[in-house]
Amino acid sequence: MSTTLSHVATTDAPELHIAGERKKPWLPALVMLLRIVLCLVFGLPLVFLIVNSFKPDSAIFGDLGSINAFLPIGQLSLDNYAGVFERVPFATFLLNSALISIVTVVFGLIVNSMAAFALSRMQFKGQKIVLGVILATLIVPFETMALPLLWWVNQLPYFDGSVGWLDTYEVQIIPFIANAFSIYLFYQYFDSIPKELDEAAKVDGAGWFRIYRSIVMPLSGPAIATVAILTFLPAWNSYLWPLMVTQSEAIRPAMVGMDYFKQMTGAGGTAWGQIMAYASMITVPVLALFIAFQRAFINSIASSGVKG
Amino acid sequence: MSIAVAAESASGQKIAAEPPSRKRRSTSGKAAVTGWAMLAPAGILMLVFLIVPIILTLSLAFTDARLISPTPAKFIGLNNFTRLFGSNVFWHSLQNTIVFALVIVPVQSACALGLAVLVNAKVRGTNFFRTVYFLPVVTSMVVVSMLWLFMYQQDGLINALLAKIGIAGPDWLGDPNTALFAIILMSAWQAMGFHMVIWLSGLQTISADLYEAASLDGANGWQQFAHVTWPGLKQTRTFILITITIAAFSLFTQINVMTQGGPLDSTSTLVFLAVRTGFQQQQTGYASAMSLVFFVLVLAVSLVQRYLTRDKDLQR
Repeated sequence: MSTTLSHVATTDAPELHIAGERKKPWLPALVMLLRIVLCLVFGLPLVFLIVNSFKPDSAIFGDLGSINAFLPIGQLSLDNYAGVFERVPFATFLLNSALISIVTVVFGLIVNSMAAFALSRMQFKGQKIVLGVILATLIVPFETMALPLLWWVNQLPYFDGSVGWLDTYEVQIIPFIANAFSIYLFYQYFDSIPKELDEAAKVDGAGWFRIYRSIVMPLSGPAIATVAILTFLPAWNSYLWPLMVTQSEAIRPAMVGMDYFKQMTGAGGTAWGQIMAYASMITVPVLALFIAFQRAFINSIASSGVKG
Repeated sequence: MSIAVAAESASGQKIAAEPPSRKRRSTSGKAAVTGWAMLAPAGILMLVFLIVPIILTLSLAFTDARLISPTPAKFIGLNNFTRLFGSNVFWHSLQNTIVFALVIVPVQSACALGLAVLVNAKVRGTNFFRTVYFLPVVTSMVVVSMLWLFMYQQDGLINALLAKIGIAGPDWLGDPNTALFAIILMSAWQAMGFHMVIWLSGLQTISADLYEAASLDGANGWQQFAHVTWPGLKQTRTFILITITIAAFSLFTQINVMTQGGPLDSTSTLVFLAVRTGFQQQQTGYASAMSLVFFVLVLAVSLVQRYLTRDKDLQR
């Protein structure tokens, strides 16, 4: 863990800001104990998940009452993992999730940054109204319009001339490319880049699109990282929408696939070991990404808080 | 790209049709063309997949639209709403949604603030603790729900641990009295790290000088918190309350994975009910009426936010 969250706490604040520590020497120890207990509360369920994905169901239940439930001991094997692949086309589900998330992120970055650039750095009629409408939609949670949207995409003409977008990749990607919050984050960041740069570039004969591509975007690394992460996580974790719009296995993403998988194991007792193997395989890649890019993850969450 | 080009020519014609400004501000006219062109891809997508669905929510609620139907939707006035307000499941779901929000908002925000205070210090290992507290946030809610579904079983992990200290745990998700509580607990566990980070970034904005001054004045830990930390977090507080409340109203994934609204509708929520009606039963019109009620709730919360924010500006 060489990359740390240390930048979040850069104040030289004394421990907990609790005065009178000289009078109560046991306080820091108590606080440390509390931290460790909380560590167990937040960490142990995930340890439990990963450890038990390697155990047969009998051992999972057998170890429950003891500390062994959290330790990788006993008959460990990859049987549960093999079981997942036997039951469902897991690799397809995972690739679908990756494809949908990555395409949404890439197109989202281009489309939203362009819109934010036009709103932040250029001046034209109607701009203020567009910005106002975009900001107003920020309060509308996706869930309020999910059902009408389902009806709507079922009426829309599809690219091959037929009607209805259901059960396609497009219906899982295209509605989520343009995003008001992404536009807002880019807009804020672009506003902090000096406008003199644009003037200088114009003197050199650059057009607006060139200023966007060659000057503003290369300076916007942090905003790009923030938007990429805040787009990736919901896309990867998306559940409600793919649940409604996917039917065939070929285009099913991993989160909805997990629900489907559990229902398939339902007959003859739920195969918990296999479910944990499935859960581990869709969780560990994201946890690994998080630990590798901790700083960017935490920054993006923290900057989402400036919204208020 | 073809969309952008098409939009460019379309907006180009629009600009050209405005003769008075064209001659004098030819450069800004050109900027307008480029501006609209750059705005167009996001603008068209938002129009089709955000603005239109919002308008549809408002209008389909007054029709008998079905998801798949050979006949076009008919206007039926307030029928969906009379039916909705006469439905027990709806009132149960509304009540559960509000109870969930009322409990989770104070509990989760207070606990997240506690976490933030605990890890807002330069002590060895702080970064490790922060990372661990944040892990559930990057774990998907489906995975979390599945894991806790196992932990909450009658013979699951939580009851096995409780048995160690001599407590016979309930059938958490199978008992109407504990099911909603169990889901609240799990949801708070999952999202707490997220709000911890937001509280932390709020804590960072409070100057260390203020704490120094307070401690010179002899303020104890609690007084420092009440008179320095708490007032300094005003803006963060509003944001956190609003985001938790709206997320709480949107409760769906946990319900669908863990309880399917049961037992006895004790965990049914507005969104869960709307999905069951609009997707499984294909009654889009009726589901839109539910969505509209949900929308009004969210709007009310946002108005409260606006009120709180204005209050803050006046004080400054």
